[in-house]
Amino acid sequence: MVTYIVKRFVYMIVTVFIIATLTFFLMNLIPGSPFNEERTTNAVVQQNLEEHYHLHEPLAVQYVLYLKSIITLDFGPSIKQPTETVNALLGRGFPISAELGIWTVLIALISGVALGVFAALKHNHVIDYMAMTIAVLGISIPNFVLATMLIQQLAVQLEWLPAATWSSPAHMVLPVLALATGPMAIIARLTRSSMLETLTQDYIKTARAKGLSPYKIIVKHALKNALMPVVTIMGTLLAGILTGTFVIEKIFAIPGMGKYFVEGINQRDYPVIMGTTVFYSAFLVFMLFLVDIAYGFLDPRIKLHKEGGSS
Amino acid sequence: MVNKILEIHNLHISFTTFGGEVQAVRGVNLDLYEGETLAVVGESGCGKSVTASSIMGLIPTPPGHIKEGSIRFKGEDMTKLSDRKMRGIRGVDISMIFQDPMTALNPTLTVGDQLTEGLRQHRKVTKKEADAQAVDMLNLVGIPNPDERMKQYPYQFSGGMRQRIVIAMALICEPELLIADEPTTALDVTIQAQILQLFDKIQKETGVSIILITHDLGVVAKVADRIAVMYAGKVVETGTRREIFYEPQHPYTKGLLHSVPRLDQKGEKLIPIDGTPPDLFSPPGGCPFTARCPAAMEVCSRVYPYSTVRSETHEVDCWLQDERAKKHAATIQS
Amino acid sequence: MSALKEKHPDNSRSSIPDEWFQPKEKNIDEAESVVRPSLSYWEDAWRRLRKNKLAMTGFVFLIFLAVMAVIGPWISPYTVSEASLADQNQPPSMDHWFGTDELGRDVFTRTWYGARISLFVGLMAALIDFFIGVVYGGLSGYKGGRTDNVMMRIVEILYGLPYLLVVILLLVVMGPSLLTIIIALTVTGWVGMARIVRGQVLQLKHHEFVMASQSFGAKTKRIIQKNLLPNTMGPIIVQMTLTVPTAIFAEAFLSFLGLGIQSPYASWGVMANDALGVILSGDWWRLFFPAFFISATMFAFNVLGDGLQDALDPRLRR
Repeated sequence: MVTYIVKRFVYMIVTVFIIATLTFFLMNLIPGSPFNEERTTNAVVQQNLEEHYHLHEPLAVQYVLYLKSIITLDFGPSIKQPTETVNALLGRGFPISAELGIWTVLIALISGVALGVFAALKHNHVIDYMAMTIAVLGISIPNFVLATMLIQQLAVQLEWLPAATWSSPAHMVLPVLALATGPMAIIARLTRSSMLETLTQDYIKTARAKGLSPYKIIVKHALKNALMPVVTIMGTLLAGILTGTFVIEKIFAIPGMGKYFVEGINQRDYPVIMGTTVFYSAFLVFMLFLVDIAYGFLDPRIKLHKEGGSS
Repeated sequence: MVNKILEIHNLHISFTTFGGEVQAVRGVNLDLYEGETLAVVGESGCGKSVTASSIMGLIPTPPGHIKEGSIRFKGEDMTKLSDRKMRGIRGVDISMIFQDPMTALNPTLTVGDQLTEGLRQHRKVTKKEADAQAVDMLNLVGIPNPDERMKQYPYQFSGGMRQRIVIAMALICEPELLIADEPTTALDVTIQAQILQLFDKIQKETGVSIILITHDLGVVAKVADRIAVMYAGKVVETGTRREIFYEPQHPYTKGLLHSVPRLDQKGEKLIPIDGTPPDLFSPPGGCPFTARCPAAMEVCSRVYPYSTVRSETHEVDCWLQDERAKKHAATIQS
Repeated sequence: MSALKEKHPDNSRSSIPDEWFQPKEKNIDEAESVVRPSLSYWEDAWRRLRKNKLAMTGFVFLIFLAVMAVIGPWISPYTVSEASLADQNQPPSMDHWFGTDELGRDVFTRTWYGARISLFVGLMAALIDFFIGVVYGGLSGYKGGRTDNVMMRIVEILYGLPYLLVVILLLVVMGPSLLTIIIALTVTGWVGMARIVRGQVLQLKHHEFVMASQSFGAKTKRIIQKNLLPNTMGPIIVQMTLTVPTAIFAEAFLSFLGLGIQSPYASWGVMANDALGVILSGDWWRLFFPAFFISATMFAFNVLGDGLQDALDPRLRR
């Protein structure tokens, strides 16, 4: 297990390093440096940029210093306002985005698994077909389309729920719903097929042959095994939810990280784009690392193996 | 006189699939006596595993269902029992062992947990008592260091060891009937012999009746008291081990015996049975073995053979038993 | 099946005519001639797909969409970017079937133009993924050993990168356009295909027929082309079908963020983004048409992909 964690940790570091490097050199590919005077109107801003990116040094030195600043979690200044830094943006936006993200993950996971298990148990029944049709719909409707439709119907037409900002639990309902539907549908489909597969396994037959109750067979024997594939796709889903926050925060005017990121894109505020991209990636890769560890605990092969899993 | 513990009468089981109805079991009659080992032999797809599952009430429904017939366990017809009642019988009175020990154990639960859960479901025992009984069981099936092994996961055991655990699991509630579906097929030959010896030992110590499902006559020769040969959803011949091995009557039984190497008959050639079993979507009328039978007659493809009782224990469904067939054969010979 | 009755009463034996007991000519083929008609893999898959109503509905919708993408902008009297101040924000009418936007542009025309963009992006992404994925995955799986190890480590790291984030970064650098979107989508998108192809090749590699052609001295390339590819096609086709909606989603998403197709050209993402500004005014048609078509298209591709998956899965054949 220890070796397994170390291995995953090294992967994590390598991935963050690649993303940071990629970001740096891609940004420097932009015709005329992204930090060029023409883009900034303010001497203070230029001063800040100079200080952080060491623009007078050769590119290689800039790169090393840049990596150093990332290790110390200093993501540099913004182009637009002289007093703003990327760190400050992240400090304000991250808690809100995290709140949105956590609710989304929880709701998607719980309802997705429940729907999937239910559909699998009612295999080939009307309920199964209905659940799966809803799930395909959920996958097919892009989150930003769903978000705008929800606003139009539930907030504007029916005036049931507030349409924008992030100030009370009621404000959270629509954004979380819009963001959670897609991942929920994916989880439901995966849970269903994995559950169906698991239910045909010999050890389920063995459990039935022991005269166990259906509840015990499903919860104790089937569910844990059926959920392993769900854990493995959590990484991809988290990435989807994370990028989803960009549009959802934009649509609902939620002052999270995603909103700043999108503003940064629209204003071509390159330092903000760079900083948030690296932060996002590092965060996501860390989440994947946690998912891998969680998987390790679920799978006794990895958990008990002293030399680490060979997966 | 020994009592019958299980009586299967005229059992029909069908599966509804996209392509139509598959008649997997077509009128099977089988009896099992207390304390004996009955081997059910036949090629894959002949209905032997379906028959075994139906005794446990484990036919997946849908698509499968029992169309006709009865399965009496100690006099009670189990095809009529409720799910809840069946659960009280499964694992307690009747246990089953499946073919592949590599997949029969849940990979994410410890062996101890899987051993004791049946016991804790059916009997009022504390965890400690259940654990103690599980350790005893592991001792019985020959697993060294059972105390430590209880805490381990299936992947930490070899195939043979896993099959021993599966057997221990099946026996922990002291059932009266043990159904073993191809228990040695997935194992190495040396391990196979050990597992078979284990069955023998268990039967001597616990007096459990055993139904052994297999396609391997080598396995049968070692442990079976009686043998039932199945073909295309029907039992075509039953007899004691002696009768089946030394006086086989049905051409299919003879075919099976000829396709197995035997140490006691040197120089005899192995003769495979040509062709494949019939498609059970549309089983042929008459004897299903007709197309592959070296001695087929006109009657075989028209009418299913009547049962001929050769002794108290030996019965065969074949037209060659008919006097008229013997007469014709005699005229051709001379 | 009357012959199946068990335990006939003994006296009925005599009712069977004597001459039926003559030994018959042995005829093995007889039994095998009664089996059901066997279909080829593709015929069988097509038969099974046709039975899947949802998948067929998706298929028909996609054909309709493709036709309209070609002729839609052409049969309309308006052009994509033609603004008309007199016709601002008109609801659907005989003149403007899907209404107009705030610049007086015809939503009907723009919707089908958007279909062109979406289908083009989706199909191109799927095709390019396919080519890169098959070459990379095929090579990796076939060569095996160290080559495979190194190639798959690279894939594993690429797989760990957040897909849309990388795409956004690339577009920020390259500037938004149709071409750059497709490039950005395929730079990271081929990885999934490569994994699937490799898995298939590994599975099939040790099959006897490959051994056979190897022993005849067939070249590596020929083995891949003749023996391996046809057998790996099933999962690959499914993967391609499912790549299309992912790419369509990504394009709309990027357009929605302002990184995709630029106004005055239309894409569904752009139109949905434009509609966001007027959402409070109740001009429902502005959002409805792009939202409906993007969702319906993704739905159609998803159900078709699912249907193909079921139809092409050899385990489910019967």
